[in-house]
Amino acid sequence: MLRYVARRLVSLAVSLVVASVVIFLALEVVPGDPAAYMLGINAQEDTLAALREELGLNQSRVERYIGWVGGMLTGDFGISYTYRTPVAGMIADRLQVSLPLALYALILSTLIAFPAGIWAVGRRGSVVDTGVMGLTQLGVAIPNFWFAMLMVLVFAVNLRWFSAGGFSGWEKGLLPGLKSLTLPAIALALPQASILTRVMRSALLDTLGEDFIRTARAKGLSRGQALYRHALRNAMIPVLTIIGLQFSFLIAGAIIIEKVFFLPGLGQLIFQSISARDLIVVESVVMLLVFAVVVVNFTVDLAYAWVDPRLRGRR
Amino acid sequence: MRAPLVIGTVISALFAGAALLSFLWIPYDIEVLNIAAKLQAPSGAHPLGTDQYGRDILSMIMVGARTSIAVAVVAVGIGMVFGVPLGLWAAARRGSWADEIISRGNDLIFAFPSLLIAIMITAVFGAGAVNAIIAIGIFNVPVFARLTRGAAMSQWTRDYVLAARVAGKGVVRISAEHILPNLTNLLIVQGTIQFSLGILAEAGLSYVGLGAQPPVPSWGRMLADSQTMIYVAPHLAIFPGMAILLTVLGLNLMGDGLRDWLDPRLRRQAR
Repeated sequence: MLRYVARRLVSLAVSLVVASVVIFLALEVVPGDPAAYMLGINAQEDTLAALREELGLNQSRVERYIGWVGGMLTGDFGISYTYRTPVAGMIADRLQVSLPLALYALILSTLIAFPAGIWAVGRRGSVVDTGVMGLTQLGVAIPNFWFAMLMVLVFAVNLRWFSAGGFSGWEKGLLPGLKSLTLPAIALALPQASILTRVMRSALLDTLGEDFIRTARAKGLSRGQALYRHALRNAMIPVLTIIGLQFSFLIAGAIIIEKVFFLPGLGQLIFQSISARDLIVVESVVMLLVFAVVVVNFTVDLAYAWVDPRLRGRR
Repeated sequence: MRAPLVIGTVISALFAGAALLSFLWIPYDIEVLNIAAKLQAPSGAHPLGTDQYGRDILSMIMVGARTSIAVAVVAVGIGMVFGVPLGLWAAARRGSWADEIISRGNDLIFAFPSLLIAIMITAVFGAGAVNAIIAIGIFNVPVFARLTRGAAMSQWTRDYVLAARVAGKGVVRISAEHILPNLTNLLIVQGTIQFSLGILAEAGLSYVGLGAQPPVPSWGRMLADSQTMIYVAPHLAIFPGMAILLTVLGLNLMGDGLRDWLDPRLRRQAR
């Protein structure tokens, strides 16, 4: 196990280094001088030079890369070109929206997928099974930002149960905050719930064919009892893996969904920074999200190997 | 059960046909603005209504289908052109440094949130259809490389490969002449799935303004434009979304159906 962890740690570190180099270089080739963007067209040459010096733009690429990565490791994400405030603080503000949104969606998707998958397996081949599978086909095919717009149309414009967008903030209490994240979270959860339902169903069907289920049935357990006591637990391994992997989709999906609902999350920060050419912010947000995804996948891999020792030898 | 295959193929063919037809004929010229006819609900003259500039929605959706299909097709092409040879190479040189680099590279790209990186690419290099294609295409490469490598490795243990080796054929010729033809079915099925994912990704990118730029119509941007009109003209938000949903659904059904039809053995695995 220790050797496996060590090997995975090395590949985790390599992934992060390669990712940071790619992100850094990608933004290096962007045309335009950040200092010129900040000061506008009437800037004096000496003011520009001073600002470039202040922002560290005169250093070599290697120096700037090391400065950027080193800073991030110590929690210093640099200073925003546009707002002149620490990027770390801006990200922390936006995370108060994006992180609860992603978690809310993850919980919703699990709450939908588990019963739906179990229900479909319990009535395999019936109308229920066909119906659930048909709905998941729709759920996978529907663009979630469009589904979000349709929900706005129904629940905000027509029924007026929710506001069409914006975020009330957590200061007014937990419930108003959660309420403004509810439609976005449902939109975000829908495709993930559909995928998870399918995985749940097929994982359960696989385990139901195993010998230990037959033994359990032979001991006198009903089909339902065998399903809940034995099959469910064994089907959890692939299901948990998918839940971990879905985190990456939730993060990317949240960027678009935030735009539908005008939520002040990380996605909005990325788009604002892109149009303002505030590259240090783009760089740091993208790196942070990649870091989160890579680390979550790493954790899932480890958990997987811990649960199922056979996997440690693989690869 | 051929129903999914038939339904999926019919829906996909319908949209492909609409895209092709749009080169020859569309109900109304979409470059002519007709403000007097703006925001009309669906009617006999305009089956899907008109937008805020009086343009016919049906015509826009037909031309938009071109954009969606073109972006997705080229993105799948990029994935196959680079991914398949890489996968074949890795499988032929199993365990070598080349295999190691290709496989680790695949893992690395898989670990990234694809849409996020696509947003970054289009943002950095400029919004537009070409950069959207590249951004979506890059993430198709490891999909095809991994699939090809896995499937090719099992082919390499077959007797016919041994026979080809005995006949004096080299690794490259065996890969191209014997292994690749045996992977065609698998690649077609995966190609269909990636195609539908490409349509969704293109729609997402153009929704956030990073896909095809005006005046080229695209379904995602039609939805983005409709958002401010949703109170007065909800039909603007309905039809482009339906187009995306139906195309993706059709392609997914076709992919599932093709898989069952081309290889019944896969059916049990995928279930």
